[in-house]
Amino acid sequence: MTTKIFLQQLSNGISLGSLYGLVAIGYTMVYGILRLINFAHGDLLMVAAYTAIYGITLFSLPWYVSFLLAIIITGIIGILLDKCAYKPLRDAPRISLLISAIGASFLLENLALVIIGGVPKAFPRPEVFAKVIEIGGIRIQMLTIYTPIITLILLFGLLYIVFHTKVGKAMRAASVDFETTRLMGIDLDRIIAFTFLLGSSLAAAGGVMWAMKYPQVNPFMGVIPGLKAFIAAVLGGIGNIVGAVLGGFLLGLGEILLVAFMPEMAQYRDAFAFAILILVLLFRPTGIMGEPLVDKT
Amino acid sequence: MTKTRRNLILNCASLVVLFGILWLFQEYGTEYQIRILNNIAVFITLAVSYNLVNGICGQLHLGPNAFITIGAYTSALLTMSPTEKQMSFIIKPLIWPLSVIQVPFWVSLIMAGTVATVFAFFISFPVFRVRGDYLAIVTLGFGEVVRVLCNALQSVTNGPLGLKGLKPYTNLWWSWSIAIFTIIVIQRLINSSWGRAMKAIRENEIAAQAMGVDPFKHLMMAFLISAFFSGVAGGLLAHLITTISPTLFTFFLTFNLLIIIVVGGLGSTTGAVIGATLFAWGGEALRVVESPMDIGPIHIPGIPGMRMVLFSVILMVVIIFARRGITGRNEFSWDWLLGKLSFGSR
Repeated sequence: MTTKIFLQQLSNGISLGSLYGLVAIGYTMVYGILRLINFAHGDLLMVAAYTAIYGITLFSLPWYVSFLLAIIITGIIGILLDKCAYKPLRDAPRISLLISAIGASFLLENLALVIIGGVPKAFPRPEVFAKVIEIGGIRIQMLTIYTPIITLILLFGLLYIVFHTKVGKAMRAASVDFETTRLMGIDLDRIIAFTFLLGSSLAAAGGVMWAMKYPQVNPFMGVIPGLKAFIAAVLGGIGNIVGAVLGGFLLGLGEILLVAFMPEMAQYRDAFAFAILILVLLFRPTGIMGEPLVDKT
Repeated sequence: MTKTRRNLILNCASLVVLFGILWLFQEYGTEYQIRILNNIAVFITLAVSYNLVNGICGQLHLGPNAFITIGAYTSALLTMSPTEKQMSFIIKPLIWPLSVIQVPFWVSLIMAGTVATVFAFFISFPVFRVRGDYLAIVTLGFGEVVRVLCNALQSVTNGPLGLKGLKPYTNLWWSWSIAIFTIIVIQRLINSSWGRAMKAIRENEIAAQAMGVDPFKHLMMAFLISAFFSGVAGGLLAHLITTISPTLFTFFLTFNLLIIIVVGGLGSTTGAVIGATLFAWGGEALRVVESPMDIGPIHIPGIPGMRMVLFSVILMVVIIFARRGITGRNEFSWDWLLGKLSFGSR
């Protein structure tokens, strides 16, 4: 393999990894607070992609307005998801919460299937992202360059919110202990809703970029990225935001390089992520950067 | 007459009635009705064995589709004749021992269960290292891995092409006998000391451990037995549909089983049976919403996929508003029925 191809693959891996990271943040934040794998999180990618498509094609909005709209609408759907599917079950056994999450995920997918249909839609890529440039003989799409940059900007914004604002402090408190947080006069439901809003908006940003990277949008497009992003969150250490992005980068790079070095392994790509998950859980359940989470009852 | 003896007689009598009804359908029923009855039996087998891990042990296991796939492929590969196999495997020939073996249907079913159990044995070590959400995602992962392997290992599974033209060995007698056998075995297990230990683990694992229950041993037992029956049911399913391919056994199948046991009542075998019956029968009845309708002058076009929306809504409504499902954790018993009919006091 030449250096050129290697660099090409490396840039692909980094951009794929940053998408995983972006989605993984949502998983890690919700898990940190509710101790719940939000199965429907991956489907928010699909919601965002469709919203962006309809914004551009149906209402002929400029792409940036349409993307912003996609992020806002997905954020609202994230809050609705919490209100309808998870809030009534706050005191229920965990297994019920998880089943509700699976139900919500199937509901979103199949609603999209009924309303929009199963035929994949092409994503109208704006010229800014679709342009291909050549750096030192490597042809790179602008999207591949923008994706990690946007991810890092969003990550730093999020870190600011979580560590330097009052609402962030409340979120961190809620991830340790519900009761004490309530006693401090914090409206827990609002904090949880805010967490869903942040996580879903980031997933929407990821979803729009995912749809530009693989411009075939269908109702089930979010399932595999969602699962992989969850694995990335576990790899990085669940509950840890920086860890989620790091895990995303590692998983994305690992996948792309595996296929690049061993093309015959390409069909095992999806199994690779699960193999990593199982290894992490067996040997280092707290992930790379995670600390053991307090078990909430 | 003692209660045990009365119950035994009533059980035998109801079995005779059940098989009598089955015989009537076999003789006079349409192919469609027989098909639905077969589906009900296969789903009962699947749901009752799935309920053992999810309902009785309380571990959210999301990978029964892995065992069903393994069972279906094992059984199918063992009943196909060598010439059929040669014709099916176009891209890559089937590996040696499988390419020449052909066994009777019942042997293939036992093998299907056994291979699924062996697989379950190996994955139970990583699976039961973790609990809760992690257990769910790891088992889901194994389900995906099996599907990926089915697509990839072309010299064993024929890849995405799948296996076609299986003999329709599965009939009412096979499917219902196995369903009843499954119910009896699993019910006896649940009512044994093993079953009580499993329920103790479900309620509070630490307390169970303190009472000397080894969680790993008991969970693994439940997992292996569940895998065995899922594998057998997979074999039945393969010879019922007669065509299998990896797309048949996705997470979707697991989702259906989850609906069945949640709606029926998590932790109740009776609930699983009722849920499976409702699902296999109601699922067909619900096809109405997908076909075009004419109400007077108004024409409603069919909406494909609407059934799945309904199923998802049902699942969420049940889990949020009626978490106990139809039966809760109660089981059917003759005492209860006769009590209801006010014969119980005699």
